Amino acid sequence: MGDLVTMDDLSDDEITQILDEAERLVPVAEGRVSLPLLEGKVLANMFFENSTRTRMSFETAMKRLGGEVLNFSSVGTSVSKGETLYDTMQMIDGYADVAAIRHPKQGAAQYSADSVNIPILNAGDGSGNHPTQTMLDLFTIRQAQDKIENLRVILVGDLRYGRTVHSLSHALTRFGSSLVLVSPPSLRMPSEIVTDLRNSGCEILETENFKEQLVSADVIYMTRIQKERFPDDDEYSKVAGIYKLTSSDLTNVKENLIVMHPLPRVDEIDSSVDKTKHSRYFQQAFNGVPTRMALLCRSLGVSVPKKVK
Amino acid sequence: MTEMRRVTAIRNGTVIDHIPSGYALQVIKMLRMDVKRSTPVSLVMNVPSDKIGRKDVLKIEDRELNQEELDRLALIAPEASIAIIRNHVVSGKMKVELSGELYNIASCSFSNCITKADREPLPQRMKIVNENPLEIRCYYCGKRQTLEELIENII
Repeated sequence: MGDLVTMDDLSDDEITQILDEAERLVPVAEGRVSLPLLEGKVLANMFFENSTRTRMSFETAMKRLGGEVLNFSSVGTSVSKGETLYDTMQMIDGYADVAAIRHPKQGAAQYSADSVNIPILNAGDGSGNHPTQTMLDLFTIRQAQDKIENLRVILVGDLRYGRTVHSLSHALTRFGSSLVLVSPPSLRMPSEIVTDLRNSGCEILETENFKEQLVSADVIYMTRIQKERFPDDDEYSKVAGIYKLTSSDLTNVKENLIVMHPLPRVDEIDSSVDKTKHSRYFQQAFNGVPTRMALLCRSLGVSVPKKVK
Repeated sequence: MTEMRRVTAIRNGTVIDHIPSGYALQVIKMLRMDVKRSTPVSLVMNVPSDKIGRKDVLKIEDRELNQEELDRLALIAPEASIAIIRNHVVSGKMKVELSGELYNIASCSFSNCITKADREPLPQRMKIVNENPLEIRCYYCGKRQTLEELIENII
């Protein structure tokens, strides 16, 4: 109960409800309103892989709601002595009320959820899923477009290893969006995911160029080509820097097109885009806080008040 | 039966009929009968079948298949019919059925799956996402597994 491993763990109604709750929690996320809903609760931040935004926004979300955070990293702990994930999670089961886990191995979040009693939030498992990122992405899209249904979304970059786009594409097609999947051939979306996306009945276009797609898009979601996921440097250098969005690409686009990125970026979005009205990636990073607040409340069975003052 | 009997009838054991032509050896592997067995197994391949065109047949002496073994069989030979023979007489017939999940039958083929990590104790689990065409994915990492991979990774 309360686990969030993939987007399949949330019904469409739950997604909408969590986005509504996150919206109400924005003043708390900004520190303007005090609301200690999670006082006395402990979150274990189990990061077996590097993270900046996800780990910190989970920590801020928990603290802004009056909870405590245990921070774990696999360096210098029993994991480096060869402890299994199963054993590490048994310990956490006794120390915390909820855990957010990031792990380099795919399936590690489901494995953890099956190992312990406390609710598990998947904060990224290898090239698998990243559902809390998807929730904040949906929150960002709804903020800009007033809806998450029937949009046209371009996903660009590393679609093979990029876990954010795996979870996000599933969610978007559930709400009827058409997707343009833009990547070099070596970094295409995994075939099982494309199968699922096509089964949704939504239009799915796979291509190598994004520029001619911009004119009809509501959202362009850029991703970093992730050097750390490549088996060797040669393969990486073949595709590094292949996509670059600049402000001059944004001259003939929809008025309310938004540019998103899960960050960190390298060179796929030029800094000239930052000051345009289309950029949303820094707002998106902040949105991790209210969204993860709502997700922590869901996992811990705490309801968010209808009015937050 | 107009067709000449190709192998002798067995006294006790299991007959697996209607295996897709050419797959009998994989069935033997899937049922782990290729190692450490002392009782005879007879194998007939590529015989004509009204039901599936051509078929393979296996006769396994002195062993009755259990449900878990039938579940394995369902992967390769969902149309197979199984007869349990006792004292030359068919004492029971069974159908194979593909259930929603394969539990500890094969390990995941994906090198970066958490179940590939050393000493992790939880069971191997595969989800049957679709029966026709057959689509199976690892319950943990979600990666698609081909039939060949599953046979290769039988536990």
